[in-house]
Amino acid sequence: MRRVYLDHLSATPLLPEAFEAMKPYFMEAFGNAASLHQYGLRVRDALAKARSQIAALVNAESAEEIFFTSDGTESANLAIKGVAYANQRRGNHLVVSEIEHPAVLNSVEFLEKQGFTCTRVKVDSEGFVNPEDVRAAITDKTILVAVHHVNHDIGTLEPIREIGRICAEKGVPFYVDAEASAGWLPIDVQQMGASLLSFSPHKFYGPKGVGVLYRNKKARLVSILHGGVQEGGRRAGTENVPAIVGAGVAAEVALRELNQRFAHTARLQKKLWEGLKANVPYIKLNGPEPGPRRAPHTLNISTEFIEGEGQLLMCDLNGIAVASGSSCVSKSLKISHVLAAIGLDHALAQGNIIMSLGKDTTDEDIDYVVQTFAKVVVPKLRNMSPMWDEFQRGIIDSVISPTGRGRSFTEHAAAVSGKPAH
Amino acid sequence: MSETYTLYGQTVMDHFMNPRNMGDLPDADGVGEVGAAACGDIMKISLKIQDGKITDARFKTFGCGSAIASSSMATELIKGRTVEEALNFSNQEVVDALGGLPPVKIHCSVLAEEALKAALEDYLKKHPDVAAKVKEKEAARSAAPETANA
Ligand code: FES
Repeated sequence: MRRVYLDHLSATPLLPEAFEAMKPYFMEAFGNAASLHQYGLRVRDALAKARSQIAALVNAESAEEIFFTSDGTESANLAIKGVAYANQRRGNHLVVSEIEHPAVLNSVEFLEKQGFTCTRVKVDSEGFVNPEDVRAAITDKTILVAVHHVNHDIGTLEPIREIGRICAEKGVPFYVDAEASAGWLPIDVQQMGASLLSFSPHKFYGPKGVGVLYRNKKARLVSILHGGVQEGGRRAGTENVPAIVGAGVAAEVALRELNQRFAHTARLQKKLWEGLKANVPYIKLNGPEPGPRRAPHTLNISTEFIEGEGQLLMCDLNGIAVASGSSCVSKSLKISHVLAAIGLDHALAQGNIIMSLGKDTTDEDIDYVVQTFAKVVVPKLRNMSPMWDEFQRGIIDSVISPTGRGRSFTEHAAAVSGKPAH
Repeated sequence: MSETYTLYGQTVMDHFMNPRNMGDLPDADGVGEVGAAACGDIMKISLKIQDGKITDARFKTFGCGSAIASSSMATELIKGRTVEEALNFSNQEVVDALGGLPPVKIHCSVLAEEALKAALEDYLKKHPDVAAKVKEKEAARSAAPETANA
C-alpha cells in the first residue's frame, strides 16, 4: 500500500543534515553552555551558530534577539505572559484574533483570571482579521496585540504588515505566531513590524523539543521560568543543545530552499484541491482559495454527509495520514474553534479534514489521494450515512449546493435527537 | 512504517472496516433515528420483527469510528432477541462486545442503544396490541415480588 503523509502541520521528518549536525552533541560534545571550560565553550559556539541561522530565517537584526525554548507552546506562553507581566504598570489590555492557536488563547485566558482583560477580534468567513478592527480594539491600556501569520487550521494568511503598521503607530508591541508558516513562507520580522515572533522547527524538518522566540530589543519581556540566567535571562533552564543545533540547520536549509518549497507545495496544493473538487460532489474548501491569500502547503476541506473522524480513519487505513477538526476527534467533543469562528455550518465542521503537504510530497501521492478519497473513502462512508440517503430522498438539504428540498442537517439533527446540536 | 497501529481495539477496527448489517430494511417494522447531543452525530436502526422476535436489523451511521462500530455490533447482538429483551438492551453490552471503548467514546455506544430503543418504540406505536402485552408483562413482573410475599 502506498503511504502518503499529509499532516506536515503537525510534524515533519528530520532533515538528514540536521540529524548529522546534532549527533556529536549527544555524547561527545555534551557540555553545558554555562560551563567555562572547553566542553562548555564548544557548546556555546554551537548555540551561537544556531542563533544566527535562525536569525537569518526571519531577518532579525541581531542573533541576540533569538531565544530558544522547549517548543512553540512555550514560546507563545513566554511571548504573551512575558510581555504582559513586563508591561503591567503601563496597562492590562490585550488584543488577539479569535482564531489563534490554543497556546495563545489559553495563555490569554490565564492572564484574564489575574485581572488582565482581552479583546478577541472577530474574523470573516475566510478567517481574515480586518486590520481596522485591530486598530479599533486598541485602547490606551493595550500592552500587546497578537495575530498569527497563518492559521493552523484553515491556512489563512493574515494581513500582518498592515496590523504591524497599526501597532507601530500606536506604540503597542505586536506578537506574531508563525508556527504554521515558518520554513514555508518568507518571514521578515522587520517588514512585518513584529516585536515578537515564535515558531517550532519540527514543523519544517527540524527536531522536536525546541521552540524559537524572536524578540525585538525594544520590546520588554520578563522571564516566566525562574532559575538561571540562560537565554539572556529570558528563559531559565539548560538549553537542549542537540535540538537547537538541529533547528539551526533546519532553518538554514529552509531559507535556502524556501522558494522551491513554496512553489512545489503551492502547485500540489492546487492540484489536490482541483482533483478533489472535480471528483467529490458536495465538498467545500474552508479558508481562502489556493493563491496569494493562503499558505501554500495546507488544505482544509469539508465533505458533506460524512463525519471527519471516520474520514481520517478510512484515509489512514488506506495509507493516507490526515488531521480533522470534527468534534468527534476532539477530547472535548467540540468542533475546532476556528471552524466555529468562521461561521461554518455544524454539518460541514463535522465533515472536516485537514491535509498539509510537504517538500517531499509527489504528484503521484496527490493522484493517489484524490483517487482514494473520491473512489474509496467518501463512497464507503456515504453509503453508511443516513444523511446521504436522506439527502437523496429530499428529507435533508445540502449546505454546499442547496436544492431547496428538505430541512437542514442542523434542524434534522435537532429534530431526531430532541435537542439542538451545539 | 512496517508495524500497524490502530486508534481503537481490533474488534472496533474490524467492525469499522467491515460493518455488519449496514443498510436499510425496505419493509422494516420499526425504524429509529437519533442524534447525539454531545457531538451532533446521527444513527439510524431499522428492525424486522416477527412473532415478538427481532429477525433482522440494519444500521446507518453518520459518526466517528466508534459510533459506526457500535451500531454494527448492536445490530449483531440484538438479532434473535425478543422485543422485551431488546427493550432492556444496554450500551454496556456493546462496549464489552467491542472489547472496550475510550472513555470519551462511550457516548457513541449510548447512541446505538438509543437508536435501537427508538426503533422498538416505533414498532410498538404501530402495534398497540404488542405494546399492551409488553406493558402487561412488565406490570406483572413488577407486581411479582408482592405476590411472592403474600
Ligand atoms: S459519534 Fe461523535 S464521537 Fe462518536
